[in-house]
Amino acid sequence: MSEVSDVTRVRALSGRAVEGLTVEAVRAGEVGLADLRIHPETLERQAVVAEEHSNPQLADNLRRAAELTRLPDDEVLAIYEALRPGRSSAAQLTALAGSLADRGLPRCAALVAEAAEVYARRGLTA
Amino acid sequence: MTAPQRPVGRVRFMDQQRVNLDGFAAENPELGLAALSSPHDPPASLVISDGRVTELDGVPEAEFDSIDTYIARHGLDLSVAAEVMALSEVAFARLLVDPAVPRPEIIRLSAGATPAKLARVLALLRPPELGLAMTKLRARRTPSNQAHVTNRLDDPLLLAADAATAAAFGFREIETTVPVLADAPSNAVACLIGAASGADGVLIQCSVEEALELELGMRGLTSYAETVSLYGTEQVFTDGDDTPWSKAFLSSAYASRGMKMRVSSGAGAEVLMAGARGQSMLYLEARCVALARAIGAQGVQNGGIDGASVAAAVPSGLRELMAENVMVMMRNLESCSGNDALMSESDMRRTSRTLPIVLAGSDFTFSGFGSIQRYDNMFGPSNFNAEDIDDFLAMQRDWGIDGGLRTVSPSRIGELRREAAQACRAVYAHLGLADFTDSHVDLAVDAAGSKDLGETDTLAVLSAAHSIRQRGLTVVDIVAALDECGYFDLAERTMAFVRARMSGDYLQTSAIFDEQLNVLSLITDPNDYAGPGTGYAPTPERQREIDAIRQARGVSDLRSEQARFAVPLLASLGPAAPGQDPRDVVIGVSPAVGRDVWRCLSGLAVTDVLREMLAGLEEEGCTGRVVRFNDTVDLGRVGLAAARLSGSGIGIGLQGKGTALIHRRDLAPLANLELYSVAPSVTLELYRLLGANAARHAKGGTPDPARNPYSDEAIEARYHTTVIALMELERRRMDAALSPEELSLEGLK
Repeated sequence: MSEVSDVTRVRALSGRAVEGLTVEAVRAGEVGLADLRIHPETLERQAVVAEEHSNPQLADNLRRAAELTRLPDDEVLAIYEALRPGRSSAAQLTALAGSLADRGLPRCAALVAEAAEVYARRGLTA
Repeated sequence: MTAPQRPVGRVRFMDQQRVNLDGFAAENPELGLAALSSPHDPPASLVISDGRVTELDGVPEAEFDSIDTYIARHGLDLSVAAEVMALSEVAFARLLVDPAVPRPEIIRLSAGATPAKLARVLALLRPPELGLAMTKLRARRTPSNQAHVTNRLDDPLLLAADAATAAAFGFREIETTVPVLADAPSNAVACLIGAASGADGVLIQCSVEEALELELGMRGLTSYAETVSLYGTEQVFTDGDDTPWSKAFLSSAYASRGMKMRVSSGAGAEVLMAGARGQSMLYLEARCVALARAIGAQGVQNGGIDGASVAAAVPSGLRELMAENVMVMMRNLESCSGNDALMSESDMRRTSRTLPIVLAGSDFTFSGFGSIQRYDNMFGPSNFNAEDIDDFLAMQRDWGIDGGLRTVSPSRIGELRREAAQACRAVYAHLGLADFTDSHVDLAVDAAGSKDLGETDTLAVLSAAHSIRQRGLTVVDIVAALDECGYFDLAERTMAFVRARMSGDYLQTSAIFDEQLNVLSLITDPNDYAGPGTGYAPTPERQREIDAIRQARGVSDLRSEQARFAVPLLASLGPAAPGQDPRDVVIGVSPAVGRDVWRCLSGLAVTDVLREMLAGLEEEGCTGRVVRFNDTVDLGRVGLAAARLSGSGIGIGLQGKGTALIHRRDLAPLANLELYSVAPSVTLELYRLLGANAARHAKGGTPDPARNPYSDEAIEARYHTTVIALMELERRRMDAALSPEELSLEGLK
């Protein structure tokens, strides 16, 4: 089925072909954490599939995820923390959105910018 | 003032039944104690101006709270909104159960429906209609099931053995959690190793706080998450320390690390947090489900969850729980259908809660079947637990449906548990995490629960978990350790699963892996139910797996079981002659007695029964003989033939299964003087009494009436299949041409 990924063409975030993730490679000490991480192109491909199956919201989510593959774990968790209620001022969120946009994460930036607007109206800011 | 009257015994007796331990709440919409609707639920409404939602379920845009805002901006397909909102609730409800209306049409319409609209539509469905809607609307064609695997001690070897057991039983997701938070990394590793021993492609979750859960997933130690909670009111959402935007971001964070994720909601949560605003459980949940879709989650765990017993306490509560699951399906999302919290002390009520969903079939029938014993379930007891696995397997078989589980042979369970526990020990030792003794392995393999482990070193677990986290161990380290410890197959299979997940196909709606590592999801295995003869049906192979529970017995099983009790007695002495002595009483036995049938249903040996009968005859001054009648299996005919052969005219009939009677030569075949019909409960004393009474009849005396033993056990359930097989053994020995045979009394007197 065309909707199932061709594993021979899947790459890890590191760029390594997934087919090469074998026990032999592990034995040779050649497999690191970045070889286990999903590639943004994989997420983009899944977003297209989700869209084709009547779920544009899942597609959006996967495209935000594709952007987040570029951020380190700590930063991802820090953004989550900033979005929790009462953690950030509207200005801080707006600044965060700007920085995400500048770094090429427009969809995540839009999410944070929208939060800034709604949090200010609903008393969810710091 | 009069003292309250003590109720009569009948009522006191009813009061003592377990169902009366449950709490039942008077319906009270003000407190949110209303299942399907409340006077404070809004009317369904949607106003769109210039492509923008300006009113949602009675609330104008200026008053939108954060949940309304997120749904209005992201959750609705405005191109279909006018069409579906104009559809009457009854008309929409009928589409759900009309097999001629395909699932995609319901999905298309639901995408434009507001939360109140879906709540009102689903409130119209009666229970069988909810079942039909679930069968038609779940995303994945093939149903499946999820297990809880936990224990009080976080013992890694027991977790590994139990994860292997759960995987072998067919659970496609395993969720673990911890009584001690810091143990989490160890639990994840133990379940990873154990599940791989049990079956390929089982997804693992370690349910802890978000940051740690994400960290475990990032290292490939776990592969899905489902504890991202949503609530139906802004106040409760905020009290839960999140917003729709923080949850949306978290959803993307999981996906960015290649992890499958679903959100969690469900009736009763808002009531418990005193924030239901007087609205019904179904309406508030409708907001959660709409939000789940809006933030881009692929699925929802709902159907009560922690609040299941709150819903169960109010009228129509169970119906509400099932409606929640169907609503998730209408939103084109994966349903992980609750049933994961013990909602009643009554076995009947908890079965009543779960059965309709099992019959209809869901993406996950349980969002956590307790595969371990109740006391070991660190989520709190599930609605079904290890105590109930055989019941569940029998229920699947009874109804001929696929609840996702299968029978595993006792020897296979033993082997898998041993491999899992040994592999887990080897990995912990190799990585310098902890050393476990041989006897600990043996105890974990054999244990029915953590209480069977005795005293364990829980600090060793904590230290192992600490080490896994501090050293940043990943699934690659586990694979390397398995490989170096000689578990080549487990290493290969674990790595194959890592590769399979990298394609991201399992991030799609309702995705699970089958045991060949194919993804089954909305995309690859879409539900195509369109009425009888369509949709999912187990393959013949799968049906055999469902049907072949380990307790099933056939005639050949019974034949070999009976053969184990054979003794060298009751030899045939040749054709039996009519008796002349007025004290002669013939005990007639059925065709297989002394050949294939040696033990009665009661567990008594046929020879012991005959010995007692002969003794009873003798003590009343009669002489007994044993004659086998080969031309009938009917007890009345055996007894009558015995009477006709007796010098006294009185005979005893005995079937191999233990049913016995006294007959007289001038009675009709179906008449008798005394009958012991309840073969499983007849005792040696009663058989002796039957002998004595037959003698009294022979002498013209007064028999001492025997009372048939009574039992309140499900005696027919216990014995009917054995009776059928025993009668088949008797029938196969039938030979009309063979005259009655006198049997040797040697060893019986």
